[in-house]
Amino acid sequence: MDHGAPTREIFGLWFNLSNVLMLIVAAVIVFLIAFIATRNLKLKPTGMQNFMEWIMDFVKGIIKSNMDWKTGGRFHVLGITLIMFIFVSNMLGLPFSIIVNGDLWWKSPTADPIVTMTLAAMVIILSHYYGIKLKGLKGYGADYFKPMSFLFPLKIIEEFANTLTLGLRLYGNIYAGEILLALLAGLGGASVFGFAAAFLPMMVWQGFSIFIGAIQAFIFVMLTMVYLSHKVSEDH
Amino acid sequence: MFFDHLVLGATDGHAEFLNGGDIIATLVVFLVLLFLLKKFAWGPLMGIMQQREDLIASEIETAENSRQESAKLLEEQRSLLKEARVQAQEIVENAKKQGEVSRQDIITTARAESVRMKESAVQEIANEKDKAMAAVREEVVALSLLAASKVLNKEISEEDNRQLINETIAKAGEVQ
Repeated sequence: MDHGAPTREIFGLWFNLSNVLMLIVAAVIVFLIAFIATRNLKLKPTGMQNFMEWIMDFVKGIIKSNMDWKTGGRFHVLGITLIMFIFVSNMLGLPFSIIVNGDLWWKSPTADPIVTMTLAAMVIILSHYYGIKLKGLKGYGADYFKPMSFLFPLKIIEEFANTLTLGLRLYGNIYAGEILLALLAGLGGASVFGFAAAFLPMMVWQGFSIFIGAIQAFIFVMLTMVYLSHKVSEDH
Repeated sequence: MFFDHLVLGATDGHAEFLNGGDIIATLVVFLVLLFLLKKFAWGPLMGIMQQREDLIASEIETAENSRQESAKLLEEQRSLLKEARVQAQEIVENAKKQGEVSRQDIITTARAESVRMKESAVQEIANEKDKAMAAVREEVVALSLLAASKVLNKEISEEDNRQLINETIAKAGEVQ
């Protein structure tokens, strides 16, 4: 907690290099899993193909619970990529963290609000984009005055609140998990007794963090589809 | 971390509020991942799932078709069987009728034959009776002749004698 971040300025923009590294690591892992699982595709699926098809059906179920498949089908790829990317990101910080020269390098990329807020903002902007694309500017605008026109200010606030809660919920969960893991690790490293005392809670908390990571990935995708459906569905 | 940057004049001396680069990095990494996965993983996977869906649909259709086909065939077979049964019934009936006719025929023929045989037997018997009568007459003449010669002890010419006896017998026969 008292460690810094390896920030560098490149072309006038500040990069947290650990974020960049971890994002790329997460992306590479997701890509490898998906790529390897979809080699040698068969009509009668086996092994990893089953797993990937299960994920596809799972996301399909999330989308179908929010909107009809005709409108929702276009978000399928987004949903699968999001859920896998966020899940893998959440898992990355669990087994260990790496600190070099006081800078935290290895962590969950989703334990940084910049990353989660970027994903959240991307989803909200996408929802506005598809709202305008599918319903036209008029239908999109009219939605702000439904069901009552005096709710218009609330509707505006809702958009920002949605973005904030979507991003910060994920960040908060993962960041809190990592802080507690770091504390336990510090205790475990302090002495033999500390190790003995930290071992069980560490295991429990890691297991719980896996659960949290999976749940948060699911919630993020679920809310993504809810917000998208609010914007693109005719009735809501 | 993040909130450090929100504090103006934060101690590590960054003038930035946000790590703008991270935003761009996140977007770029995510969008590239999205693109690559769509091209290399989700696309083919969705393709194969679609293919399977089509295959199942066509299989169901084929099964439905063959079911109808077999139902039709079954109906056809059933009607053929019924026809065959009717035909068999007809054949049996015909055979029965034929049998009845030939039975009558045979009986008639047999009856006629027996009548004919009886008649010829009667004829035969009559013939045999006549023959026997003639033979007996011969015998009686000879015996009478013998007896008369013994009784009379007098020889008469055999020719006369025979004539005499024959007359007697003829008379006897008329009397009878």
